[in-house]
Amino acid sequence: MQGYLMAFIIGGLICVVGQLIMDLTPLTPAHVLVLFVVLGALLSGMGLYQPLVDLGGAGATVPLPGFGHNLVTGTIEDIDKYGFTGIFTGPLRAAAAGVTAAVVFGLIMAALFNPRG
Amino acid sequence: MNKKHGKQSIVFASPPQVAAAATIVGPMEGEGLLAAYYDKILEDNSGDQDSWEKCESYMIEWAMSTAVKKSGLTLEDVDYILAGDLLNQLMATHFAIRSLGRPFLGLYGACSTMAESLIVGAILLDGGFGGHVLAGVSSHHDAAERQYRFPTELGVQRPPVTQWTVTGAGAVLLKAMAGNDPRVTTATIGKVVDVGLKDPNAMGPAMAPAAAETLWQHIQDTGRQPAYYDLIVTGDLGVVGKTLLIQVMQEKGLDISANYQDCGCMIYREEQDSHAGASGCASSAVVLCSHLIPQMKAGKLNKLLFIGTGSLHSTTSYQQKESIPCIAHAVSLEM
Amino acid sequence: MPQAGGAGDDRYFNKWYEAQYNQVKPKPPLVKNMLWAFVVGGLICVIGQVFANYFVDMGLSKKEAGVPTTIVMVFLGAFFTGLGVYDELGRRAGAGSVVPITGFANSVVAPAMEFKREGFVFGVAAKMFVIAGPVIVYGVTTAVLVGLIYWIRH
Repeated sequence: MQGYLMAFIIGGLICVVGQLIMDLTPLTPAHVLVLFVVLGALLSGMGLYQPLVDLGGAGATVPLPGFGHNLVTGTIEDIDKYGFTGIFTGPLRAAAAGVTAAVVFGLIMAALFNPRG
Repeated sequence: MNKKHGKQSIVFASPPQVAAAATIVGPMEGEGLLAAYYDKILEDNSGDQDSWEKCESYMIEWAMSTAVKKSGLTLEDVDYILAGDLLNQLMATHFAIRSLGRPFLGLYGACSTMAESLIVGAILLDGGFGGHVLAGVSSHHDAAERQYRFPTELGVQRPPVTQWTVTGAGAVLLKAMAGNDPRVTTATIGKVVDVGLKDPNAMGPAMAPAAAETLWQHIQDTGRQPAYYDLIVTGDLGVVGKTLLIQVMQEKGLDISANYQDCGCMIYREEQDSHAGASGCASSAVVLCSHLIPQMKAGKLNKLLFIGTGSLHSTTSYQQKESIPCIAHAVSLEM
Repeated sequence: MPQAGGAGDDRYFNKWYEAQYNQVKPKPPLVKNMLWAFVVGGLICVIGQVFANYFVDMGLSKKEAGVPTTIVMVFLGAFFTGLGVYDELGRRAGAGSVVPITGFANSVVAPAMEFKREGFVFGVAAKMFVIAGPVIVYGVTTAVLVGLIYWIRH
């Protein structure tokens, strides 16, 4: 139960930060998505995102900064294994599940459904 | 005889008349404040067509055919069609006009196109170049969204200053013959005004200065004070733009608050959550054709100044961080 | 008396007007928006946690469970976009439904659906990445930069 509560609070708070950016600056949702992935990757590189994941679980991994964090941890794993080339194999390997799922489900949904407006 | 008055205005020598007008709207407009007055309300936002664009074409074609029918004429009697919409290369209009088979001039004035087509139509008729002109415009909320903003299924929050593009079309049949119908008496053609606002969500506020300048010039050129009119309406300034127009006119020393309205504030109910009101070519057209012209014919409204307002930006221009150039044209209708 | 300037020649009017505009411009309901974003965003993460726990119960490690959780969440975002529900949620929840990975899925599926009429190559497939493309471009580039620094230091 504690885990769910923390996921709710951490996840909710990350979204509130996104809301404040959207309401107080001219940035659009698309900008916020880009910004959050980049921020997550940077925080992860500085070692600041893993503690948030330990604390919030899915509350930190499901929001987009978690995607950025995922990219960086995957890259670092590949660098540890393969050296320099890991810099180039790591990011997309780490993003593989999310991106592939989005592409495949995107295509299926677009084939099945029409926009309702 | 010189029909031009002052710097930007025209006083028609033999004022053309409104023979008939017709409107068709989408389901959301059909639940709005003017629900009782529209000729046809679509059951859904696709109108049984397989794209938003085709639905928009269907609407303008329906409005034009119906306006002709209402006047007791046939399409063969129409000398010119003047029309436009918001889509790239006037897609909705061109595909609709294709099947009407009449001489056609496409107009683009963004949301000011209804006023623009009335003015050009009246010029043609007063000039003796024909007997009947069909003027009409259309817009479709979803077609406009996908072109100007985001895909319709994207989960975005609209800022409170945004207006809701009207799904609908309106058409007016103008005739040169004298009768007992509303007459197009004067017109003031606007200049492009750009005060430097850049937010494409805030079109009403960007357009208000253009409306102010055209109204001001109309007063200078014709000598008519705002009180001359029973009603002055702007096309789609919305709640915020309307407030700003009143403020700008006040700064110029004119109080228009007593007889001024905005079509964008006359379409949706408060609880329909349109945010700052309605916009789009059809905003001014459906209010004029469904409500204002019938009121004139019923003798409830005698002197109307109709000011179409348009913001002339494009998706390219705002991505390149340009400000929003705007225009407003005024045309007076009198019984 | 201020005059609206055609070629931006009247800076005095434009400045005055912008000030008027900023006074009457409606502000977003900040507290209400934040509350919606917090609750909806939090709940989406709780759903993610439910699946993550389920996959851990199936025998995966906490870290391994992240992959199937992502796949399920992307599926849910895509599916509810297809049903035409996600945009209704987004209208109220704002960042609450944009920021979770389900929002990323929405940003892929919404343009793909919208541009189906333009065909499956230049419509669906090309438009799919209108928003997701920049996310991947800058996410990957940032990861490469971070990785480069990590590689230099080790």
